[in-house]
Amino acid sequence: MNHYLIKEIEIPSIEVNGKSYETDEEGYLVNLGDWNMDVAEYIAKTENLNMTEQHWEVIDFLRKYYDEFQIAPAVRVLTKAIGKKLGPEKGNSQYLYELFPYGPGKQACKVAGLPKPTGCI
Amino acid sequence: MLHIINKSPFENSTLDSCLRVAKGGDILLIEDAIYASVSGGAFESKIREAIGKFKVYALQPDVEARGLSGRVMEGVTAVGYDVFVDLVATNENCQSWL
Amino acid sequence: MSEEIKKFMFVNRKAPYGTIYALESLEVVLITAAFDQDVSLAFLDDGVYQLRKGQQTKGIDTKNFSPTYRALEGYDIEKLYVEKESLEARGLTEEDLLVDVTVLSREEMGELMDEQDVVLSF
Repeated sequence: MNHYLIKEIEIPSIEVNGKSYETDEEGYLVNLGDWNMDVAEYIAKTENLNMTEQHWEVIDFLRKYYDEFQIAPAVRVLTKAIGKKLGPEKGNSQYLYELFPYGPGKQACKVAGLPKPTGCI
Repeated sequence: MLHIINKSPFENSTLDSCLRVAKGGDILLIEDAIYASVSGGAFESKIREAIGKFKVYALQPDVEARGLSGRVMEGVTAVGYDVFVDLVATNENCQSWL
Repeated sequence: MSEEIKKFMFVNRKAPYGTIYALESLEVVLITAAFDQDVSLAFLDDGVYQLRKGQQTKGIDTKNFSPTYRALEGYDIEKLYVEKESLEARGLTEEDLLVDVTVLSREEMGELMDEQDVVLSF
């Protein structure tokens, strides 16, 4: 009798509150609909982020932007759009990089459950 | 015979070829071929002519995706995937024009 | 690297969803926006269908990327040109489109194309 070893394919995922969520190799959620605040908190922790009201404000902004335009904005576009909506003291890269040191595009999008911004390396 | 066409009539001659050669039966427009069925477009008269000879259908999910619900010309029947399957099953033969 | 700003035109001639060209073009446009060039988008032939209002792609299980054209303004891409003859042949008018565009005649479109430094065709 032949025995075939079927190699298990490992699908990257995270586990939050006993539920498993599929991610890509870099930890971005695969399904937009999987997102909730607990998942966001979990991803934030893996990024060494301590979520504050200011962080949530940016996350909320990003999710609304995605909902409207179906893309994650480039950092430059995000900065400008936040300035327009929340004022110049928040719409600048210093403020946003203080909240998300590894980049408001990359890092905030990850926490927001969005894909990596187009053109972001 | 069921004729399935999936290319835009503006880009590809499959609709023209089908109408020129085919003797009759059903024509189902899917994917980019649904543009042929839009009222007010350049292919309206050609489809109108075909309606005398064929029964013409357009796949509704493809029409909706392209933002053209309500713009499909009279005489063309918008159908779902279920009717697509029925058409394939009930016709003796089926040709996908490539 | 030269500081000179070049005129880039993206020529869009394909309908959305049936092929991948429209989405690919849009992604390249968004990336190009980062380089601060003089970018314009031309829509002719079946490309005008990309801008059609009211696209609902649930039934074909494909991402509806048409809302992204509305994001272009935020990327400082504001030069969108549509060929009049292409619209007319498809029974469409400017009101059928989901963003503000400049409608040009075939003649004017040709002239605009001639002025470009780089033309990318999709």
